[in-house]
Amino acid sequence: MSQQKKKTTIILFSGDYDKAMAAYIIANGAAAYDHDVTIFHTFWGLNALRKDAHAPVQKGFLEKMFAKMMPRGADRMGLSRMNFAGIGPKLIKHVIKKHNAMPLPQLIDMAKEQGMKLVACQMTVDLLGLKPEELIDGIEFAGVAAYLADASEGNVNLFI
Amino acid sequence: MNVAKVLDAKGLSCPMPVVKAKKAMDELTSGQVLEVQTTDKGAKSDLPAWAQASGHKVIDIKEENGILTFWIEKG
Repeated sequence: MSQQKKKTTIILFSGDYDKAMAAYIIANGAAAYDHDVTIFHTFWGLNALRKDAHAPVQKGFLEKMFAKMMPRGADRMGLSRMNFAGIGPKLIKHVIKKHNAMPLPQLIDMAKEQGMKLVACQMTVDLLGLKPEELIDGIEFAGVAAYLADASEGNVNLFI
Repeated sequence: MNVAKVLDAKGLSCPMPVVKAKKAMDELTSGQVLEVQTTDKGAKSDLPAWAQASGHKVIDIKEENGILTFWIEKG
């Protein structure tokens, strides 16, 4: 197929496990549709890109507080409903396994494997005091203009 | 029917059957047929929709003992 590829862009604003999972399922489906896919992570959505291991970085007090209070990585994110102080995610992961669905960390790996563009919003990265070392490899840092450049050519644009 | 490749996607949930079908299809050349076996009920709508949007042709669909089998010709 020589015609221009279609584009899908998703803004992942939410840091909820279930919402991020929905975003990544749509993104992986779009990649299978041969779309160029961009996921633009901003605010709490950035937590999906955090490494689960602790990264040694220099931070101020407020930045440390933020780092402590936000989930470190996709697997530690809570649910938007029925979180029950952390029991909800355990239950949902059990059900995901039972139904042979893909858990969020694997969906993110699959996204990278499918050549998706994973973008971290630089402004909110700074705002939340995150350092590039704390985020997974293979992502890009960009701002609203870069997002709009992709989205204005997008056939599917979602905000989750 | 000449099946060039068989994809076993049984037991997998959305979006995996379509993701795997796309990967398998990338290895075929135009006119070759991919057989996809799945147990995902949603695939009944998903795979034909994906095939059409990607320029492939669904030649036949069979449902037997909860297993859906699709034959898709690469466009």
